[in-house]
Amino acid sequence: MRGKRVGMRGNAAVAYAVKQAEVDVIAAYPITPQTIIVEVLSEYVNNGELNAAFIPVESEHSALSACVGASLAGARVFTATASQGLALMYEILWIASALRTTIVMALANRALSAPINIHCSHDDAYAARDTGWIQFFAENVQEAYDLTLQAFKVSEDKRVLLPSIINLDGFILTHSLEGLYVLDDKDVRDFLPPKEPVQPIDPDNPITYGPLDLQDYYIEHKRQQAEAMKNSYGPIKEVFAEYSELAGRKYAPVKTYGIEDAEVAALVLGSSAGTVRYVARKLRKQGKKVGVISLTLYRPFPIDELKKALKGIKVLAVMDRSYSFGSPAAQLFMDVAAALYNDKEKPLLFNVVYGLGGRDLKPEHVVYIFEKAEEVARVGEVRESQIWVGVRD
Amino acid sequence: MSKWRTWRDLPLGCVITGVPTSLEYKTGNWRALRPVLDKDKCISCLMCWVHCPEPAIKRLEDDKVEIDYDYCKGCGICAEVCPVKAITMVMEGEQA
Repeated sequence: MRGKRVGMRGNAAVAYAVKQAEVDVIAAYPITPQTIIVEVLSEYVNNGELNAAFIPVESEHSALSACVGASLAGARVFTATASQGLALMYEILWIASALRTTIVMALANRALSAPINIHCSHDDAYAARDTGWIQFFAENVQEAYDLTLQAFKVSEDKRVLLPSIINLDGFILTHSLEGLYVLDDKDVRDFLPPKEPVQPIDPDNPITYGPLDLQDYYIEHKRQQAEAMKNSYGPIKEVFAEYSELAGRKYAPVKTYGIEDAEVAALVLGSSAGTVRYVARKLRKQGKKVGVISLTLYRPFPIDELKKALKGIKVLAVMDRSYSFGSPAAQLFMDVAAALYNDKEKPLLFNVVYGLGGRDLKPEHVVYIFEKAEEVARVGEVRESQIWVGVRD
Repeated sequence: MSKWRTWRDLPLGCVITGVPTSLEYKTGNWRALRPVLDKDKCISCLMCWVHCPEPAIKRLEDDKVEIDYDYCKGCGICAEVCPVKAITMVMEGEQA
């Protein structure tokens, strides 16, 4: 591992990465559980460690609006939010991506109200899934730090030019003190040179940003944006490869454990992957053929890598830390089902809703999920397409 | 070749380059009601010229006015403010 070993909470680690990325502009509004990210950044700016404009705004809507302007002007831009704050940013999320800004946002995943809750659900990440932002999920504090640095490189790649979200589970990661390796400033500078503006604001060559676009061109612009998101996949993998080489930690769109011989597996996002892997390791010691798949990259959805990981898996439990009211299943499940539908060989799927509002995912819950998966494998059909775990029933 | 560009040919990020482009955008085809000026009634007070939000009323040298139908959206403010009712709004396609 390259760099030095330090102890940091998730929020501080993200802020440290943002400082090392030498951002030009930060516009943000405080909200639990991300507040400490922008608090630490404001201290860096105040004490001269980071030469950036810190724009304190009156709402998240304005925070992201300020970021859009700054990014289009050519700045490297960062913001952070969670839950209700992301909801207040919602309309600007679409604008930020369609205008091809390169904003990087840390999203401290938190449940949406009501009832008011400050702990982890993936409601906010899922709410942004259709908005044209690249999305990464961190499993631990190390990944939150690493992915923050990589997100800038991905977003600013001339072949990409799309904003990125780094998801880190509220409290579980944001407030957990972990040992991690941080790179030297020089290594970060080499990996992430200053941003080159693409269509910067230039009084001598005026451009209209964000004009009206009706029946005659709107669909062409959306088609172009769809292509941009699709094309980001290659550069993302290149950045993963380059960073893996630099840091000595392996990054890939899809992470797997035990799938080589697994018959059943669980698919999971964020910090729960560690818990699920911990249980899978114990079960495998007892001779059970279980595996774990987690996504580091959520948007664009890593269809091919996921399919590769699923080869030979008979049953997949798709775990969602959110719920989609009235939908056939929760959000990640719908992605997976849509990705696999036309394939001849595919696993049977069932959906697990867990952990809402910070409810712990306990090892016994994971044991139950794997037992369910084995039961489905045994009977050869899914009798319960969606189950809830960790809920008093 | 069609004047309509495909998604492959559009500049990034929905921008419009080569500004100003507003003169190329003939907003006159938004119009449902057409203002028709009775030159004999006009007293050259220029109220219509002042109030036109577009501005699609041209002021000529002798303070006579002319309506620029390329840009007039047919809002009818000119007809409303004219003190001598020299402008009437007529449905497009119909005679004054």
